[in-house]
Amino acid sequence: MSASPEKRPAQAEDAISAVLRAGVGASLALIVAGTLLSFLRDGGYAAHRSEVARLTGEGGSFPRTASWLFGGLVHLDGQAVIVAGLLVLIATPVLRVAVSAIAFARDRDRTYVAITITVLLLLLLSFELGRAG
Amino acid sequence: MTPLSFTLVVLGISYFAGLLGSLVGVGGGIIVVPALTLLMGVGIQNAIAASIVSVIATSSGAAASYVSERITNMRLGMVLEVSTVLGALTGAALAAHVSGRELYLIFAAVLTYTAWSMLRKRGAPAEPAPDALADRLKLHGRFFDRSLGREVSYRVSRSKLGMAVSYVAGVSSGLLGIGGGVIKVPVMNLAMGVPIKACTATSNFMIGVTAAASAAVYLMRGEVLPFVAAPVAVGVLVGARTGARLMGGMKNSLIRVLFVIVLAASAIEMLQKGLK
Repeated sequence: MSASPEKRPAQAEDAISAVLRAGVGASLALIVAGTLLSFLRDGGYAAHRSEVARLTGEGGSFPRTASWLFGGLVHLDGQAVIVAGLLVLIATPVLRVAVSAIAFARDRDRTYVAITITVLLLLLLSFELGRAG
Repeated sequence: MTPLSFTLVVLGISYFAGLLGSLVGVGGGIIVVPALTLLMGVGIQNAIAASIVSVIATSSGAAASYVSERITNMRLGMVLEVSTVLGALTGAALAAHVSGRELYLIFAAVLTYTAWSMLRKRGAPAEPAPDALADRLKLHGRFFDRSLGREVSYRVSRSKLGMAVSYVAGVSSGLLGIGGGVIKVPVMNLAMGVPIKACTATSNFMIGVTAAASAAVYLMRGEVLPFVAAPVAVGVLVGARTGARLMGGMKNSLIRVLFVIVLAASAIEMLQKGLK
């Protein structure tokens, strides 16, 4: 029972740091792989020199349903792999808040568990409102 | 321009944006949006979507170093995050009813004044005002400052003011799309007595959390183009990692000057939008 009060937060911060490194590493790997696939495969970015105009145009939106994503991943479609990487990237900060909620709960710090869960709920609310609006 | 050269140029610009953003605690949108629209011919909607991705990339790319070096004040970040997200929700609700013109001008003035205050301030502040709420929330912090070669410990004061200003920062980011870091870093530093490095690292933590919800919305609307967002994300992630490793050893005065430059650039951008 010699655990000093300094020890616990240190562990929490290492766990959060590990989550961040894993999230960043995975999203980097996916986005780089997706970009390489997009360049190297037939019919990808390299098909035409004038591709940039189409790829960056206002009308250049891409299909974005879950079935498109999974189908694309199965066929190693570069765009789908990039989108998967972007999803991991976007999820990382949210995951980080969730991990810190767990860490605060282990410390029995009720105030901060409440604050952290409030942040998560507000994020969910603003996502729902943004999607509707 | 070929797809390959587009990718390489955007990678380079984004690396720089991530480097700067991680040092001063802002998202890098101030570099990414004009670079994509003016230089690369990307539509404004898609450029804004890519810049939201860059905010998250700056935050996560830098955070691993800042958290393990214990520069980030997680508790302070979490407390201010509650009022920031509430503010962002208010701002988004108001956006349909309020004209941005006067607001841009007001913010240009506020940021100019803030830049002036940041520039004038030197050295450690006087004895911090007692703050019972900060005591109760255990907001005080300490970290090892590599450039000073010693541990810096600080007491947070005026936490209610900090929460109020974070709410306003959230409103402005919901309303104008600017204002997370450029408002929160100065209030933490000037009013709450937090050292500049802890301010930028804590701001870095918060901007990623705030941006996550809107990034998910942009992605679902199909406004995040993979061709544009991929080099932005990769460049910014790597740049932010470099910045976060450098920051611990950098002089506090240099970080302060970099932040003032970013503030001044934001003020000019707001002035332009207000006068248009």
